[in-house]
Amino acid sequence: MSAFIIRRLLQSVVVLFVMSLLVFFGVHVVGDPVYMLIAPDADQADIQAAIEALGLDRPIYEQYWYFLVNALQGDLGNSFIFSEPALKLILQRMPATLELAFAAMFIAVVLGIPLGVYAGLKPESIPARAIMAGSILGFSLPTFWVGLMLIMVFAVMLGWLPSTGRGDTVAVLGVPLSFLTLDGLSHLLLPALNLALFKLSLVIRLARAGTREVVHQDYIKFAHAKGLSTRRVILVHLMKNIMIPVVTVLGLELGGVIAFAVVTETVFAWPGMGKLLIEAIQQLDRPVVVAYLMITVLMFIVINLVVDLLYSVLDPRVRLKEAGQ
Amino acid sequence: MSTIIDGKPATGPLPEESTESPLGPSPLQRFLRDYFSNPVAIGALLVLLTVILIAVFAPTISPQNPYDLGQVDIMDSRLPPGSESMGGMPFWLGTDGAGRDMLSAIFYGLRTSLGVGVMSGVIALLIGMSVGLTAAYFGGRVDNLIMRVVDVQLSFPAILVALILLAVLGKGIDKIIVALVVVQWAYYARTVRASALVERRREYVEAATCLALSHRRIVFRHLLPNCLPPLIVVGTLQTAHAIALEATLSFLGIGLPITEPSLGLLISNGFEYMLSGSYWISFFPGIALLVTIVSINLVGDQLRDVLNPRLER
Repeated sequence: MSAFIIRRLLQSVVVLFVMSLLVFFGVHVVGDPVYMLIAPDADQADIQAAIEALGLDRPIYEQYWYFLVNALQGDLGNSFIFSEPALKLILQRMPATLELAFAAMFIAVVLGIPLGVYAGLKPESIPARAIMAGSILGFSLPTFWVGLMLIMVFAVMLGWLPSTGRGDTVAVLGVPLSFLTLDGLSHLLLPALNLALFKLSLVIRLARAGTREVVHQDYIKFAHAKGLSTRRVILVHLMKNIMIPVVTVLGLELGGVIAFAVVTETVFAWPGMGKLLIEAIQQLDRPVVVAYLMITVLMFIVINLVVDLLYSVLDPRVRLKEAGQ
Repeated sequence: MSTIIDGKPATGPLPEESTESPLGPSPLQRFLRDYFSNPVAIGALLVLLTVILIAVFAPTISPQNPYDLGQVDIMDSRLPPGSESMGGMPFWLGTDGAGRDMLSAIFYGLRTSLGVGVMSGVIALLIGMSVGLTAAYFGGRVDNLIMRVVDVQLSFPAILVALILLAVLGKGIDKIIVALVVVQWAYYARTVRASALVERRREYVEAATCLALSHRRIVFRHLLPNCLPPLIVVGTLQTAHAIALEATLSFLGIGLPITEPSLGLLISNGFEYMLSGSYWISFFPGIALLVTIVSINLVGDQLRDVLNPRLER
């Protein structure tokens, strides 16, 4: 077991290192941030001073070495635009992104499981067919376009909900949260719904497939025969068994939701780290781009590692297969 | 003797049934018959063919060339659907902020979107196919290494990989194709490897090996044709993904440059006018994108059902 953990950890470090190389060298080959930052009428001396101040005059491998040494100490450089540590900027925006991602997951589960179970219990009924057709649309509709249409209908035409920003926030343990105020909640609803749409379709399909499989099994028949109410059979006996695949897939999809938040944040001007990334790419703010990518990659590596380790605990075959190699 | 029992000579015209080959319908005939048994799939195929024809002939059938400044009049800007230009030309889907006919802009946008999607799909398919076949045929260390890389890449969502690449490469039609190829190749490699591993143990491959044919000939003439059905299915569905992803990236402003307006870019351009009520600039390109993606997905689903050997009808 410990050999397996060590090998997986080493593999993660290698992936992270390769990513840092790729991202750093890639980002530093594109564009020239100096001309973005200084006034167009600056003379050669000003330009030279700016290049030296930013450390851009050193050889690139030297820049990378400094980057790596500093990165290991938690310093990913200062933003060219904001003159603040890039890591701090990202971490400041992270709660907004995480709040959005968890709100989307919440909507996907709360709406998706009942709809999916219903579609699985009565697969031939008209509402069930409508639910499944809706889930095909949910897979096919481009997220950003749905976001625009939500804004058009609910913000522009009906005027019910605000279209941009985060609204009032309440600080809990120093972390600002939107969903605790009415204004914040009204700002959160549309973006969260938009981000949830794809996962909602996925949950509906998983719950439906699980229900259709479980509903014919002996223990469900037995529970009915025992005289339990249909309500109890569905809520306890059936639900427990379809939750396993749903929880597994959602755990794996959390990272995807965080990555996809980039799109929703741009549409709804939600001040999260995805919006920061898009702005940084357009303004050639290299340290912020590099910091975002490194943090997201790190987050993914951790999520994947945890999932792998959990699997090897839950399913001994994974461990044995690794040991046999 | 039995052939002339009712007086017909044995050399007379054959009965109608026996014009078919004695083996029954050919695989192609069976495939076509199965595909066209589903009315939804027929509809989807017709829609998809229409979309492709529009994309191919966009310059011929568009009412105007939306990127020829001589044909576009700024006075016509932001007209709602159904209005007419100063010169009396009807704008069925309205005009955008620069006075372009939306219908023409959508036709041209479809051309770019489909072109990028198909091109990246074909390149990714060729790369993924070669890599997957290599991994499956040689096995061992080569296989291990290749599949490790595939696994690591597939553990990241496509949009993140594309964001990293475009942050690194910058804007441009060639760069977005590179990004889409990198995102997609691993799916093809995994698919081909899985089916090639099964096919490799079949007798016909053993027979080919016994005939001392070269590796290359066995892989490309014997193994590959038998791995094609799942590849076709994945190819269709991946192309739909690629088109959606390209639209998303262009919308974010990190995909195609403004000189190559795809549907995603049209939608993005309409975003700023939407808050003032000009919904049609974003709405109609989105519908075009939706119709394209849904029809490709439906065709792909039907192909999967028809080509799946386990669902033998």
